[in-house]
Amino acid sequence: MWIYINSTNTSILLFLVSLLGMFLNQKNILVMLMSLEMMFLSVSFNLIFASIYLDDIVGQIFSLLILTVAAAESSIGLAILVIYYRIRNVIVVELMHLMKG
Amino acid sequence: MYLLILWLPLVGSILTGFLGRFLGHKGSGIISVVCVCLSMFLSFVAFYEVGLMGLTHCILVSSWIEVGILKISWSFLFDSLTVTMLVVITVISSLVHLYSLEYMQNDPHLPRFMSFLEIFTFFMLILVTADNLVQMFVGWEGVGLASYLLINFWFTRLAANQSAIKALVVNRIGDFGLSLGILAVFFTFQSVDYFTIFSLSPLMSDYYLDFGGFKILALTLIGIFLFIGAVGKSAQLGLHTWLPDAMEGPTPVSALIHAATMVTAGVFLLIRFSPLLEFSSTVLNILVIFGSLTAFFASMSGIFQNDLKRVIAYSTCSQLGYMVFACGLSCYNVSMFHLANHAFFKALLFLSAGSVIHALANEQDMRRMGSLIKVLPLTYALMLIGSLALTGFPFLTGFYSKDFILELTQITLNNNVGSTQGVFACWLGNLSVFFTAFYSFRLIYLTFVNSVNATRTMILKSHEPSILMLIPLILLGIGSIFIGYIGKDLFIGLGTDFWKSSIFSLPSSAYFIEAEWLYIQLKWLPFILSTLGIVLATLINITKTHVYLYNTLYRNICFLVNKKWYWDVIYNRFFVYPLLNFGYLVTFKNLDRGFIELAGPYGFSKVIPIWSRLFSQLQTGQLSHYLFFIVLGICLFFLIIFKQIHLLIFYSVLIFFI
Repeated sequence: MWIYINSTNTSILLFLVSLLGMFLNQKNILVMLMSLEMMFLSVSFNLIFASIYLDDIVGQIFSLLILTVAAAESSIGLAILVIYYRIRNVIVVELMHLMKG
Repeated sequence: MYLLILWLPLVGSILTGFLGRFLGHKGSGIISVVCVCLSMFLSFVAFYEVGLMGLTHCILVSSWIEVGILKISWSFLFDSLTVTMLVVITVISSLVHLYSLEYMQNDPHLPRFMSFLEIFTFFMLILVTADNLVQMFVGWEGVGLASYLLINFWFTRLAANQSAIKALVVNRIGDFGLSLGILAVFFTFQSVDYFTIFSLSPLMSDYYLDFGGFKILALTLIGIFLFIGAVGKSAQLGLHTWLPDAMEGPTPVSALIHAATMVTAGVFLLIRFSPLLEFSSTVLNILVIFGSLTAFFASMSGIFQNDLKRVIAYSTCSQLGYMVFACGLSCYNVSMFHLANHAFFKALLFLSAGSVIHALANEQDMRRMGSLIKVLPLTYALMLIGSLALTGFPFLTGFYSKDFILELTQITLNNNVGSTQGVFACWLGNLSVFFTAFYSFRLIYLTFVNSVNATRTMILKSHEPSILMLIPLILLGIGSIFIGYIGKDLFIGLGTDFWKSSIFSLPSSAYFIEAEWLYIQLKWLPFILSTLGIVLATLINITKTHVYLYNTLYRNICFLVNKKWYWDVIYNRFFVYPLLNFGYLVTFKNLDRGFIELAGPYGFSKVIPIWSRLFSQLQTGQLSHYLFFIVLGICLFFLIIFKQIHLLIFYSVLIFFI
């Protein structure tokens, strides 16, 4: 049992949890953004672990870049969210179906 | 000269058909009559040369189809059988042409009528002079076509259209049988030439064919197919329904087609194939049974018909039954003799009926006639001659052929057909003599003798036709009296060599000598029966006896017989309407417009919008659903990259769910 709890599995588990958090969430867009952040986190965690495991600096550089990208992304995302809330007064994910086919 | 017999009617037909507008009534009439009369005189010469002098001709004109071993040429055979038919056809045809000059004089389409009559004559001549089956089939189909055109001559009448279509379609059933017969002949003999077939048929008498899993004698199969053809054309029981309905055409057409020539084509076919039919006793038995049933049924139906022409049509049908069972009894020459005689007195009857109808301003119902003996004495005399000849009155034409056929049925000892069938033919044939006499004289009484039922103006206006119509009538009357006596020794005399090799019957089945030595009582039987029929008709019509007959049973029987035993109703109920319904509901609505359309353009145009709506409904607008598809797409991508085999299963599952 304990041998399965290593860094790779933890990061993959984290990734899947965040994916499920996106799938199953029908209400709150903030939770969606949070799980997106968690996805970034799991990916950068995995990269860091790989760079240690392979003894290669590139992974850590990439994770640093992901951090900045994630920060920028979440700021832009939150900005869009705020604008959206200002226009429609609602941020329930279910009701965001203006582009319905 | 021989080919001129054929081409003259064709030339006349083309001239009157295409140039009728310029020739006018008189011109087209003269041209057509001259052409056919020349053809008649030439065929007399041909009869003299071929029949009496014994010079059989076969004229090869040109090759027609040569594919592999199938070699068909246009060649014309003139033997005794052919020239007899030639004389019958051209004589009746010329008299009918002459007759219709006056009968149709007020019709605006006389040139067309003449053209059709002549094209009919031409095709009939092609039919009888052919020396192979395919060329014969040309004539066979040609007379069917010409009969369609002629029955439908007054094309504005609905009844004429219907009966013409009926005649053509019912004939086509028989034609299908005949074409199957031609194929079977070619399969068996590898040739369609008469000479080859007839020379080889003794050899082929024990050659079996596989037909639908059954082993069947090749000659029996061919004979049955040919008989189906004859059933259609000669209106035997089963496909006889077209003949009485074909009376919608003008009367000369009925006289030409449905009395003298076209309906005899089936009998001619059977007589022509005598060398082949002789070797199959099964076919001969079928001929006897069907022929005698036709004779009986048609004569029975004739007795209570009220239409003047329909009575005569039924009598034609019944006489054709006689001819067919005479063929079945292997007396082809007697059958041919009856055919020739019948042509004369039946044409006489029809043309006299036409004279009556002409005099009464197209009134055909016998119940609205009567007492015409004072107005139309000559027509009465001629009709009486025709009727007496039809009933086989001694020393008239019908006596020599019809009574001989009946005598032949009395011999049941050394038949080549089963003795049961012989007795069957004997009983039915003799009974139909009684009915024949009854309806012939019922017709005479209702039309000429009984007190008058027509309107006063009609009777006042009616008059004997002019000389142009009387000449053919009188000539046919003379023929009806004398032809039988003149032709007796030539056609069916003891040991006559007139037929040479054109008719063949096995020596074991030649028993006409026995027919000459029957008991005198049996020989008197047909005459007694026909006298009985005449007496009964007299009793019912001119005495008060009919009072006793008018009870419910008699009325019901009358009604049943008058409705032709509901034969047409049964056919319509069980064959025609189910077939039409099948055609409309199953093959048209369910198959053509249903299944095939559904699998084709209509189905596609229906399915594609549904699918596209489904696909567009995948875009729900929900973010999580889009995410699901993105992830699904990535998974799919990885599947394609790494596990190619699972791809197919994945796709099929996907399509199934969609």
